[in-house]
Amino acid sequence: MTILPIVRKEFRQIRRDKRALGILIFLPGFLLILVGYALNFDVKHVGVAVLDEDRTPESRRLAEGLTNSEYLEYTWSIRDRSEVDAVLDGAQARVVLIIPRGFSHTLLSGSTATVQVLVDGSNPNSASISAAYMLIGIRDYSSRILTEWMDRRGMEIALPVDIRPRLWFNPELKTAKFLVPGVFGLILLLSTVISTSLSVVREKELGTMEQLKTSPLHAYEIIIGKALPYVGIALVAATIILLMGWGLFDVTVRGSLLLLYGAILLFLLAGLGQGLLISAVAQTQQVAFFLSVFSSLLPTFLLSGFVFPLKSMPWLLQGIGAILPTKYFLIIVRSIILKDVGFWPLWPEFLALGLFTLATVTISSIRLHRDLSS
Amino acid sequence: MNDVAVSVESLTRTFGSFIAVDHVSFQVRRGEVFGFLGPNGAGKSTTIRMLCGLLSPTSGNATVGGIDVASDPDAVKATIGYMSQRFSLYEDLTVEQNIRFYGGIYGLEGHRLAERKTWAVRMAGLAGKERELTGSLSGGWKQRLALGCAILHEPPILFLDEPTGGVDPVSRREFWDLIYQLSNAGTTVFVTTHYMDEAEHCNTIGFIYAGKLVAIGSPTELKQHMGAGATYEVACERPLDAVDLFQRLPWAAETSIFGSHCHVTLTSAAEGPDLIRKTLAEAGMALHRLESITPSLEDVFIHLISEEDKRLTRTEAS
Repeated sequence: MTILPIVRKEFRQIRRDKRALGILIFLPGFLLILVGYALNFDVKHVGVAVLDEDRTPESRRLAEGLTNSEYLEYTWSIRDRSEVDAVLDGAQARVVLIIPRGFSHTLLSGSTATVQVLVDGSNPNSASISAAYMLIGIRDYSSRILTEWMDRRGMEIALPVDIRPRLWFNPELKTAKFLVPGVFGLILLLSTVISTSLSVVREKELGTMEQLKTSPLHAYEIIIGKALPYVGIALVAATIILLMGWGLFDVTVRGSLLLLYGAILLFLLAGLGQGLLISAVAQTQQVAFFLSVFSSLLPTFLLSGFVFPLKSMPWLLQGIGAILPTKYFLIIVRSIILKDVGFWPLWPEFLALGLFTLATVTISSIRLHRDLSS
Repeated sequence: MNDVAVSVESLTRTFGSFIAVDHVSFQVRRGEVFGFLGPNGAGKSTTIRMLCGLLSPTSGNATVGGIDVASDPDAVKATIGYMSQRFSLYEDLTVEQNIRFYGGIYGLEGHRLAERKTWAVRMAGLAGKERELTGSLSGGWKQRLALGCAILHEPPILFLDEPTGGVDPVSRREFWDLIYQLSNAGTTVFVTTHYMDEAEHCNTIGFIYAGKLVAIGSPTELKQHMGAGATYEVACERPLDAVDLFQRLPWAAETSIFGSHCHVTLTSAAEGPDLIRKTLAEAGMALHRLESITPSLEDVFIHLISEEDKRLTRTEAS
């Protein structure tokens, strides 16, 4: 095997460069912790300020019943309507519940009582979730009042529709479970693209690439020999992330590990193709690094469905997203890790990944070949 | 045929409308040191890259070790050794690891690799430094190690592209001793350089200018080619003005300044010294010394370049 000396040499160089090795092995874990804990869309412990003008057992029961959960928290009591603005402005609470005078009286007389809920809408995502928590809580309270009232009059009543939603795949609705597979894709792509493009461009800068080209080695042998060690290291990093996701964020792989590693390998090859493409264009390591980060970090973060759902984006951005390998990898990985989906439902995504790899590797070998003859 | 190592016929390479190498033809005999000279951008590197199978020719033929470079560049690569001025070593690997790597890509293994490694380390004078990082070696050592790595597989033909750039004179001397040893052992050495003293060491010199091979021959032949006219070293007052003066006279074929003297080559040998004396006396410049000399290679190349420039201007004018 003529590629063996290259593989050995590449490993020696990586081992000598402790910093690069650290980046390849430990940065992924660090990023996972960072993203896993910091990027949290869970809306919990929403502060609620209560203006209770009624001051009756009924009004207190409503306020306490609402805030007696990990989602809503009774943080503030307001005495006067003039304080409402100040409380929302000062962010002491994101929701204000106003129970008007006469609430209890109206309720007990059998008419419909009203309460007012004010929500700080500056963060639309958490605002709509907080409003939904309030709505559910108040509806719950009101149906309980109704059944008690019926009870006291000796009437049996059943609620017309009792909704019991049950969430599959991620029952606690934890953001981390959704994000870990994404971080997985991002990190693998970033480290493969950067390491491939830098290691090729470094040899161009040193002049050793020319030396290799005058040897009997073929271009593909040079490329495979250089890429193999990085693919190996990325597989180790991938395993570390999977173990950390399991240990820290309780993300277990429900589907087939074999299929998962197959997908990872294919995705690494896609990253390799992207890195090679960059190294065909870039003449210096700085340019290669910039292009690698720019072409993998930003689009992956924004346009692959990693954080923001693709379906709500304008068609142009969706189109850009559609050529990113990460988009398909994320669908595959989320399906395997969270839902135990097999190969057949996912074959279009596997095909897309394969096509991307084929395209980038082909274009960069044509470039390399043209380099030789022009 | 058998004693020809490199044969080039009408070799041409264009980049767009620019002709980098223009119908160049020459032959290199087996076992000789062939010096390929020319100013930067004259086409030296383009030629050497074509001969090493790195670049395909636009037209013309070239064979290296009897193998056609255009049709079988891979077979060419297996028969040659190549070393460029950048030395192409991995500075973050040790001496020994560099040797193993380059041996490995040429398919050396086991006993043979060990034997060649010992040879290369001794040749480069690096015994005892096998485990040192290549980046910590001085220029001369790196250069000899790079040469060792380029010939681990004992290629019959060795290409050296400006191998002595940025190396001190003592190391250069030692490097040329190594080249002679290789040549004596039968290796054909094809070397580009722009050091004139190095050119004197070659058996044959090809001089390329503006993509064309303008002269080829042994150093002695090239000096004789300077024509019937003799070359004189003139030591006089205000040498810069004297050069200006001579350049305007029809009988001075070539005038250039060498240190504090001028070299003047005459179109014909007769009356030469008298003409020089007379001209200086008329201009009122004191003559300190006038001596007939053998032209140096530098004289020859300056002459060749100015001849070629004149010819090019004439072609453009007509």
